[in-house]
Amino acid sequence: MAYHWNWSIFTSPVPTGDTTYLGWMLAGLQTTVALSLSAWLIALLLGGLIGVLRTVPSKWLAGLAGAYVEVFRNIPLLVQLFIWYFVLPELLPFGLGEAFKQKLDPLTQQFLSAMVCLALFTSARVGEQVRAGIGALPAGQKNASLALGFTLPQTYRHVLLPMAFRLVVPPLTSEFLNIFKNSAVCSTIGLLELAAQGRQLVDYTAQPYESFIAVTLLYLLINVLVMTLMRVVEAKTRVPGYLGGK
Amino acid sequence: MYDFDWSSIPGALPFLWTGMKVSLQITVTAVVVGIAWGTLLAMARLSSMKLLAWLAAGYVNLFRAIPLVMVLLWFFLIVPQLLKGLFSLDPNTDVRLVSAMVGFALFESAYYAEIIRAGIQSVPKGQAAAAAALGMSYAQAMRLVVLPQAFRNMVPLLLTQAIVLFQDTSLVYVSALADFFGAAYKVGDRDGRLVELLLFAGLVYFVLCFVLSQIVRRLHKRLATA
Repeated sequence: MAYHWNWSIFTSPVPTGDTTYLGWMLAGLQTTVALSLSAWLIALLLGGLIGVLRTVPSKWLAGLAGAYVEVFRNIPLLVQLFIWYFVLPELLPFGLGEAFKQKLDPLTQQFLSAMVCLALFTSARVGEQVRAGIGALPAGQKNASLALGFTLPQTYRHVLLPMAFRLVVPPLTSEFLNIFKNSAVCSTIGLLELAAQGRQLVDYTAQPYESFIAVTLLYLLINVLVMTLMRVVEAKTRVPGYLGGK
Repeated sequence: MYDFDWSSIPGALPFLWTGMKVSLQITVTAVVVGIAWGTLLAMARLSSMKLLAWLAAGYVNLFRAIPLVMVLLWFFLIVPQLLKGLFSLDPNTDVRLVSAMVGFALFESAYYAEIIRAGIQSVPKGQAAAAAALGMSYAQAMRLVVLPQAFRNMVPLLLTQAIVLFQDTSLVYVSALADFFGAAYKVGDRDGRLVELLLFAGLVYFVLCFVLSQIVRRLHKRLATA
C-alpha cells in the first residue's frame, strides 16, 4: 500500500481560494474553543445551581434536581444533540421554532443547539460534583452557620459554597477536559468545528492521514493547555488541611 | 402545534432491534476486550520496569486526551486498509462493524485501565507482600490474591463504565453503521418522522440506562456493606 504523503497540502489554497487548508483547520479550532468555553460557562452556573438544589432540605426541589441529572446522564450525548437540533424547533410554541429555523442562519442554529446541548449535558455532571463537594463538608459547618443566625441561602453563599467550590476544582478539571472532547460530537449536525474541518479536508484533498494527524495534534494541544491552566487553578484554590492540600 | 404521528414505529421495530443488536455487540466486545487489555495495561503501568510503565501511561493518556469521534474516524480509516492488506478481503465486505469493535475496545481499555489501576492500588500493600512471603510468584500473587480483591471493589465502577460505553456506541453514526440510533435515524428520515423516532430512541436509551444504573447502585451498596 503506497500512500502519497503530502504535508504541503496545508499551505495550498482551498477551492474557494479565500484561505488555505490550514486556515480551515484554525477556523475549526476557533469554533471548538468558542463552543466549549461558552458551554462550560453555562454548565458551571447551572451545575452549581443543580448541585445546591440536590442538597437542600426540600424533598421536592432535591428530587427535581435529581431527575434533571438522571435525564441528562442516561441519554447519549448524540441523541440529546439531535433532539435539540432537529426536534426542539418543531415543538416550540408561539412560532418560536419557526423563528429559529427561518430567521437565524444555519451556522447560528447549529452553534446555539450545540452550545445548549453541551452546556446542559455537562451541567448534570458538574451538579453531581458540586453535590459531592457540599456533601464532603463536615455537617458542623452548616449547623454552626445556622446557629449563628444565618438564613439557609446565606449559609450556602457565605459558608458552604466557597468551600465546596474549592474542593471540587480537581474533578471539575476532568469535566472541563471532557467538554472539549465532547464538542467533537457536534460535527454530526454539520457544525464546522475541528473534527468536521478535518473530515471536510479529507473530502476535498483525499489526504486523510495528514488531516487526521493535524486534528489529533490540535486536540492534544488543547488538552495540554487546559491541564496546565487547571494545574495553576488547582494550586491556587487548594484548601490547606484537606486531601491534596498542604 | 406539532402533530405527532407514531405510526411508523411499530412496523420498524424488527429493524430497530437489528440495530440494537449491533449496539449490544459492540458494547459487549468492548467491555470484554477492554477489561482484559485494561488489566494488562494497569499492571504494566504499575510495573517496576520503567519502560513498560512509561509505554502503558503513554497509551492511556493518549486515548484519554482524544475525542472518541476522532478515535473512531481513525479506526474507520486504518482498520479496513489493514484487514484488506492482511486477508485480501472481498472489497464489498462490510468492515465497519469490525472497525467499530476494534476502535471501541482499544479506546475503552484506556478508561478501564485507569479504573483497574485505582482498584489494584486500593488493595493494601501487605496483601502483595504476604503473598510474596508465602513464596508466590508475581503472577500467582496477582491472580490469586490482589486481582480478586481489586475486582470486587471495582465491579460497580466497571459496570457504570459499561453503561457509559453503551451510550457512546451511538457515535458509530459517523460511519453510517446502523446501530440502534442509526436505525432509528434512518427510519425517521425515510418516513419524515424524525421527531418521533429521535424521541423514541432517547426514551429507549433512558429507560435502559436508568434501570441498569439503579441496579448498579444497589449492587454498590450491597458490596460496600458486605
